[in-house]
Amino acid sequence: MNFDKELDARGLNCPLPILRAKKALTDMTGGQVLRILSTDPGSVKDFQAFAKQTGNELVASAENNKEFEFYLKRKQ
Amino acid sequence: MGATPEIAAIDELIKQRLAEILPQQIEAQMKAREESRTPSLAIIATKGTLDWAYPPFILGSTAAALGWDVSIFFTFYGLNLLKKDVSDLKVSPLGNPGMPMKMPFGPDWFKGLNWNIPNLLQAGIPGFESVATLLMQQTIKNNGVASIDELRSLSLEADVKFIACQMTVELFGFSHDDFIPGIDYAGAATFLPVAQKADVSLFM
Repeated sequence: MNFDKELDARGLNCPLPILRAKKALTDMTGGQVLRILSTDPGSVKDFQAFAKQTGNELVASAENNKEFEFYLKRKQ
Repeated sequence: MGATPEIAAIDELIKQRLAEILPQQIEAQMKAREESRTPSLAIIATKGTLDWAYPPFILGSTAAALGWDVSIFFTFYGLNLLKKDVSDLKVSPLGNPGMPMKMPFGPDWFKGLNWNIPNLLQAGIPGFESVATLLMQQTIKNNGVASIDELRSLSLEADVKFIACQMTVELFGFSHDDFIPGIDYAGAATFLPVAQKADVSLFM
């Protein structure tokens, strides 16, 4: 999947992946996609909630060998 | 003036139609209002130990990341969380039977051990608190958990409002110079109206 920016949050724990993602999104423009890598199992639910609450769409997510991948599309 | 049968019939139809339309409209308006409203969080932070330093800053910074308005009131021992240097915050297992004592280093079998040290013994061993604090700091680092200083900076960057209780600042002999910049100093009368309007209000 295409993305415009990547955030490596592997090894970071709650709430750092969310805080870093929020920061990364502020520097982006509407419609751009942020790819986030994480190893925090709690981030799966957290990114769903974050997307729902902030209106930045979680367009895709995946798990691969205890690593998580999220694609957030910045809201317009 | 009595209603003619025709008017009565029209009234009945209007009533029926209104009963159909009104709930939908009210629902739509309430939804729009709910969506455009900024949620808010008000926290009172009253504890000054390393473990209790986390909840206000974690919830505060996260709520701000979700787009909420956040205010944290620091009072009594919570004022310690506003000091310029927070690297000396301590945690004590004393009087806290809920605190597991596990080692943050060594082989896995060693890390997995639970050290059941009786509370009374902990009270008598000099330096026990410092050791427990060191172990906790190492555990925090090992787990990729942010430091208090980092979470505090992230909170401030995200426009979380910090308010220190002026009464306890004086009571504990602090001066404003002891604390980081960017703090408001106020009292209970400032907190209550904020809490009244807040969707979530927490005492920690």
